[in-house]
Amino acid sequence: MGKISLEVNGRKVEKEASDNTLLSTFLREHLQLTGTHIGCDTSQCGACVVNVDGNSLKSCTALAADVNGSKVTTIEGLETNGKMHPMQEAFKKLHGLQCGFCTPGMVMSAVDLLQKNKKPSDTEIRDWLEGNICRCTGYQNIVAAVKEAATKM
Amino acid sequence: MKDFNYHSAKDSKEASKLASSSSAFLAGGMTTIPSMKLGLATYKDLIDIKNIKKLSGIKVSGKSVTIGAATKHVEVSNSKDVKKAIPSLSSLAEGIGDPQVRNRGTIGGSIANNDPSADYPSACIALNATIHTNERKIEAVKFFKGMFETALKKGELIEAIEFQIPEKSSYQKHPNPASRYAIVGVYVAKHKGDVNVAVTGAKSCVYNDKEMSKALSGNFSSSSIDGMDLDSSEMNTDMHASAEFRASLVVTQAKKAVDAC
Repeated sequence: MGKISLEVNGRKVEKEASDNTLLSTFLREHLQLTGTHIGCDTSQCGACVVNVDGNSLKSCTALAADVNGSKVTTIEGLETNGKMHPMQEAFKKLHGLQCGFCTPGMVMSAVDLLQKNKKPSDTEIRDWLEGNICRCTGYQNIVAAVKEAATKM
Repeated sequence: MKDFNYHSAKDSKEASKLASSSSAFLAGGMTTIPSMKLGLATYKDLIDIKNIKKLSGIKVSGKSVTIGAATKHVEVSNSKDVKKAIPSLSSLAEGIGDPQVRNRGTIGGSIANNDPSADYPSACIALNATIHTNERKIEAVKFFKGMFETALKKGELIEAIEFQIPEKSSYQKHPNPASRYAIVGVYVAKHKGDVNVAVTGAKSCVYNDKEMSKALSGNFSSSSIDGMDLDSSEMNTDMHASAEFRASLVVTQAKKAVDAC
């Protein structure tokens, strides 16, 4: 048991958590930020991707204790004043989702890509999203959405 | 996942002092955490070594590239120094897992785990690496002992991996399309005098293929190993590939690697 202090979506939080608490569990159960999804729980599917100190990671494979003191951004932290982030807007506009389960991780991963590569090619987008699995869309519209967002970010 | 005590060590000394028969060192956690979640491993204590400054970073000298054990895959793949000195090592790092895995996973973790399909062990063998621990220096050929088994003793911590810069080298892998682990990966490195052909994914542990090494040391051309019929009796068979297919893939990937050198 230890104290976990994080800055989550711009807000400082401090909670007691057992040492085996995963970051995904901490976000969902301790902070009620259920936008971060848990799909496979074995770090394959990418539904749990969040941003920690400027890099995307799979929150189901990181201990909360291990990222103690970090700045975390989850899908809930992307909007500004009720306005969707350009990546969320692009996914909505281009139908980059169907059931939506993978979408939070997909969006968080794609935002990280555009922060590192402002104009990615189709291949670069597909390579980057390798760790995010979608069982509905066939990825075409996801790639199109990321390209669209790249023109707006 | 069963509960444990999390410790963050400040230096190697503290890390090895905390180590016991029921502890594990935690670096990126890309294997440790999933194994613990699945109940395949349980520990009383996890000793985080990521915050030990000495364990991160890349140094290039005239003859070698030394990478700190807690250096992440993304740092190796993005390093201009590595790209210049040993481009094949940089592209190997770029091909591990996915971006999120590369943002967390470390080189020391990869070789300490010694997964039979991991990429880095082949680089260690091909590039005549020396594994520096807090106690000694171990040659790569003596480090990888068997499936998930290394020469490391309990509480012994890898601090850095020193790779010898080759004249030419290339790593070619046939990845599992889902996990990106190597179904077969072959790292060919031409040093002054001899050629190493390190193979991962094919057997229970990484190895240097002596037959191909010999042929390529004599004549460094893919034609010298073309059609080579490797013994598949010790090769892995699973749902992804049969032993015979793996034997054939080893030659194919080795030829590709030589051609790419």
